[in-house]
Amino acid sequence: MLELKNINKRFNDQVVLKDVSVTIEDQKTLAIVGPSGAGKTTLLRIIAGLTAADSGTFIWNGQATTPAQLRKDGVIGVVFQGFELFPNLTVLKNITLAPMLQGQSEADAKDRALELLADLDLADQADAYPFSLSGGQKQRVAIARALALNPQILLYDEPTSALDPNLRQSVANLVNSVKDQGTTQVVVTHDMDFAQSVADTTYTVTK
Amino acid sequence: MDYISSILPALLAGTKMTLSIFCLTLVGAIPLGMLLSVGLMHRETAGESAVKKWFFRILKGLIEAYDWLFRGTPLLLQLIFVFYGLPLIGIVFDRFNAAAFAFILNYAAYFAEIFRGGFGAVAEGQFEAATVLNLTRWQTLRFIVIPQVLKIVLPSMGNEVINLVKDSSLVYVIGLGDLLRAGNIATARDVTLVPLALVGVIYLLMTLVLTFAQKKIEKSFDYYK
Repeated sequence: MLELKNINKRFNDQVVLKDVSVTIEDQKTLAIVGPSGAGKTTLLRIIAGLTAADSGTFIWNGQATTPAQLRKDGVIGVVFQGFELFPNLTVLKNITLAPMLQGQSEADAKDRALELLADLDLADQADAYPFSLSGGQKQRVAIARALALNPQILLYDEPTSALDPNLRQSVANLVNSVKDQGTTQVVVTHDMDFAQSVADTTYTVTK
Repeated sequence: MDYISSILPALLAGTKMTLSIFCLTLVGAIPLGMLLSVGLMHRETAGESAVKKWFFRILKGLIEAYDWLFRGTPLLLQLIFVFYGLPLIGIVFDRFNAAAFAFILNYAAYFAEIFRGGFGAVAEGQFEAATVLNLTRWQTLRFIVIPQVLKIVLPSMGNEVINLVKDSSLVYVIGLGDLLRAGNIATARDVTLVPLALVGVIYLLMTLVLTFAQKKIEKSFDYYK
């Protein structure tokens, strides 16, 4: 369980987050919702350790910690809004690069990647480069890449916004299936219908 | 024809000098330029120590000053200063080393700017994706960023490399015998433009090979977009 307490963040004179306290419960999906510009993505970036909070505390399973530490410990995985696959690497390499650099053998990393790709219906795309994939396929590769490091918490930034609206249900199914495998998830979205279809709990960020 | 074969050895010896300067400059200036651009592009990250922050700020200032100095003055002047000026403070190079030194420093400044542009063109999200995957700075550069930067900078690097072939003719100013100088000497001695026409042909052949190589290398990066 990750607890965020009294998180504050301002950019210059603009207060973006004020005393935000939210609990991310194990094996649940938390949706962070709110209007555009309310600070949802900033909150996600703070949890991911990409943006530093001005103040606030983070408690991971009862122990005070920092997002940077959580990241180093491999607790957090992120699926970016624009997916951010590495264009110079094949789908398979996108997924195996980080595990291999962290000491996994090539064979183990490859087995795990192929297993993830099969689960995500992408087995035939292992040798493809990202530019040849559709938006939905890119997103699934991004999810596979994050899951390959076995994060305990997976963060999604606006998972439906870069995709065709009719893919919304399939993204919801995907998020739910990842939860069923025991991964805690945080989904930042402005899409209330989508939030309802995936979230166990909802946190609303207001302007 | 006999005339051409009589001057060809001198022109080829000049070509050898031109190619030596060319190759040495590339071997020295490309890695140096890349290194400098990494310094220029250093990003301050959350939680970095103050010492590290200041170290990189000062480093960046020094690299910017270096860039300004070498891009802001003529290469000809730099050659003269390296060969005739540095001995005044006790640093003595022979002619060839002085030329190589000045060319490497000059071209590294241009390459650094090209690479800086290349690094800037890699989306911020790529760095962030690498960060959340726990890649170190070096791993991010090695596996993600540099391969993308190379693809981005190839066309502008190609331009600079072709310029370098022609710029190498400036070494005459410190008394080195390159291709153009060999042609000039023959032209002045024999009162004919034939040697200089040949010089032009040899330059064209060299740039033809380079243009071909550049296209080949660019094509080898076509496997992704």
